[in-house]
Amino acid sequence: MAEFTLPKMSKVRKGKHHAAKPGAKNVRSFHVYRWDPDAGGNPRMDTYEVDVAGSAMVLDILLKIKDEIDPTLTLRRSCREGVCGSCSMNIDGENTLACTKGLDELPQGPVSVYPLPHLPVVKDLVPDLRHFYAQYASIQPWLQTQSAAGSRERLQSPDDRKKLDGLYECILCACCTAACPSSWWNPDRFLGPAVLLQANRWIVDSRDEATGERLDDLDDRFKLYRCHTIMNCTNTCPKGLNPAKAIAGIKQLLVSRTV
Amino acid sequence: MPSESYKVQTHLYDVVVVGAGGAGLRATLGLAAKGLSAACVTKVFPTRSHTVAAQGGIAAALGNMGEDDWRYHFYDTVKGGDWLGDQDAIEYMCREAIPAVIELEHFGVPFSRTEDGRIYQRPFGGMTVRYGEGIAQRSCAAADRTGHAILHTLYTQALKHDAKFFIEYFTTDLVMNPADGRIVGVLAIDLNEGSLHFFRGHAIVLATGGYGRAYFSCTGAHTQTGDGGGMALRAGLALQDLEFVQFHPTGIYGAGCLITEGVRGEGGFLTNSKGERFMERYAPNVKDLASRDVVSRAMTMEIREGRGIGEHADYVHLNLAHLGADVLHERLPGISETARIFAGVDVTKEPIPVLPTVHYNMGGIPTNHHGEVVQKVDGDPDVVVPGLFAIGEGACVSVHGANRLGTNSLLDIVVFGRAAASRCAEVVRPDTPHRDLPSDALDAALTRLDRLRHADGGTPTAQLRVKMQKTMQADAAVFRTAETLEEGCRKIDEINAQFADIRISDRSLIWNTDLVETLELANLLGQAVGTMHSAAQRTETRGGHAREDFPERDDVNWMKHTLVRVNDKGACSFDYRPVHSNTLSDEVKSVPPAKRVY
Repeated sequence: MAEFTLPKMSKVRKGKHHAAKPGAKNVRSFHVYRWDPDAGGNPRMDTYEVDVAGSAMVLDILLKIKDEIDPTLTLRRSCREGVCGSCSMNIDGENTLACTKGLDELPQGPVSVYPLPHLPVVKDLVPDLRHFYAQYASIQPWLQTQSAAGSRERLQSPDDRKKLDGLYECILCACCTAACPSSWWNPDRFLGPAVLLQANRWIVDSRDEATGERLDDLDDRFKLYRCHTIMNCTNTCPKGLNPAKAIAGIKQLLVSRTV
Repeated sequence: MPSESYKVQTHLYDVVVVGAGGAGLRATLGLAAKGLSAACVTKVFPTRSHTVAAQGGIAAALGNMGEDDWRYHFYDTVKGGDWLGDQDAIEYMCREAIPAVIELEHFGVPFSRTEDGRIYQRPFGGMTVRYGEGIAQRSCAAADRTGHAILHTLYTQALKHDAKFFIEYFTTDLVMNPADGRIVGVLAIDLNEGSLHFFRGHAIVLATGGYGRAYFSCTGAHTQTGDGGGMALRAGLALQDLEFVQFHPTGIYGAGCLITEGVRGEGGFLTNSKGERFMERYAPNVKDLASRDVVSRAMTMEIREGRGIGEHADYVHLNLAHLGADVLHERLPGISETARIFAGVDVTKEPIPVLPTVHYNMGGIPTNHHGEVVQKVDGDPDVVVPGLFAIGEGACVSVHGANRLGTNSLLDIVVFGRAAASRCAEVVRPDTPHRDLPSDALDAALTRLDRLRHADGGTPTAQLRVKMQKTMQADAAVFRTAETLEEGCRKIDEINAQFADIRISDRSLIWNTDLVETLELANLLGQAVGTMHSAAQRTETRGGHAREDFPERDDVNWMKHTLVRVNDKGACSFDYRPVHSNTLSDEVKSVPPAKRVY
């Protein structure tokens, strides 16, 4: 019989239970992943019974827990309106932004909240995104040109500008990459949907003059072609973008230049 | 001495930038491009800074969509600021706007386009041509995600220049050389590792943003806690014009999320419970495109006089469905999404419920138009603080005076971010060695950090924070009177004193957000106290500071900048700086004060 050992930290213990305050009217349970690097040990799931009256979004609840029940609960948050990408996490099994995830969108019953999956955890709901950012930098995500820019703007037709729609809006929240099985298997070598979407954003920009070099760089069994069109990225994107389509666009360009 | 000894790692740079919003990034990449060694220390990953949330556009008189001239922009900005802005700095900003926006386009910002491929420009409040005669199309827009487009692009440029970032490092304090009082660096916590770092620089650039979170309802991010202003106050510096807080007319009722003024720029308008376009009464010429202070006051008057909408008659409607699905989809997709999520509104069919919401701090750390921090010393109002710069919303140049025009803040951050980098390159020689510091240079900052980390009082941070926010909201609102301000001063002083009783529950150093929020609260409190007391002093109505008991502008007594210091006991002391009514060059004429009519 083969023996398997679960990776360290993969066993999540039952944690503390914070009962609802007396008089709470509209109580809902939230199971929240907790891990304290200073204390070490395995992670735990704490349960908070929260009066959700007056709260609309999951982020409101997490901040209510932090403000009124347990100030040690740790998460990233900033804009609270879905544009900064800080509060990406896994809510009831889906990678999304806590600030735009309405409580009314979730099925009845307790809500479980985890950090983005398949990333090292720094503390509680805070994953380590340094590798994700390094991959982003690796595609040289800036406008590259040889020709002189002149003293006025480069011209771009409205149709050419339209090609950037659905790409430039990416907020680098990493929901898609953390939902991608190919990224789970080859996180070191596959660039993942978010970074490939960004790569496509520069490839299709009519002002960029490094399209060939960009395509050369991506023409790689791992960087690009580990995408197997699983589509988790597109399903999970909290901004409604379509990374799978962007990746398909890169693959098409690579094919079309060989024929 | 701190209760335990901390290991502090020292980093030596030519320049240290604190903050990575638009201003911090523009400065950082400028420094890198000029060959100075620069560290950018930021509490959030750069693209999470609140510049990302700016929507409507960036002002520049490109003239792509009709007649324009930077002198018109200059005039509008002086008038929009109700003659409290420094006209030399305003000239600099409006003239530099054109190359600054062209530079952004060359950097790769995905601006929307006109049919002939130029940058698309839309009308915005207070922006006119021929000195108020017509409405200007001056706001260069990337749909309604202009801040996002600019911030992400600036970050990519910083990557291109291989700028050095310290991400998720929270800066706690400025560090002075105790021997001569010169600011030589900052102390910061690396949240991910829980370690302490001393960043030394010959120049320190504070690009830390505004303090909108001193209020209960604001359009700003949770992280908008005015950390640089807090640090400056603790270093004994005076802040300027804090009483001028801008209420954006169109925050979503309840959630407070921003709905861009660009909606009105594209033809949207406000109505009250009777369905009246009430702005026609308050600003007969430009109506819904009056400056923000004027519109916010008008909305407040309508609600007060019983013409608000809803169960409590406490909001008004922003109508945009008539613009049509195509325009909404192409020009205003971001706010369409925001309105759906936060107001449950389908903007192609229904109006958005809106309310004036705290949005911007015109005041901040006083600087000249190079971004150098200035103080009044021995009667000289323009003495440069050696080695210290401030840029962006946290600074007060002052280009916005008593009221900022929409699209002038994205402009402010790139123009003065660049100016600060250029000035640093003039005053700091690359690789200048750092002088030895006395061994106790970090003691004050470490002692404070250690004390707060172990704070064991009876008042949790969140509890004190919400008290401060509700007091600011109630007593330093759109309209102010001596009564509300006196009550506000008493309350905010009590709340500030209660900080001595603060309690934090998390004793760790790795990602200790309980500690970070407490440090942020301290920064907010200093500026909340300064704001309330400055507002109580100023007995006139000007721009964002509307006194019901003093409804007129008083140029004889009050055409001057307020300087306020808040000492460690929370006591305020005041002084004043004259407004620069002179221009920088003779290419434009100074605009003399006049009655402000829109």
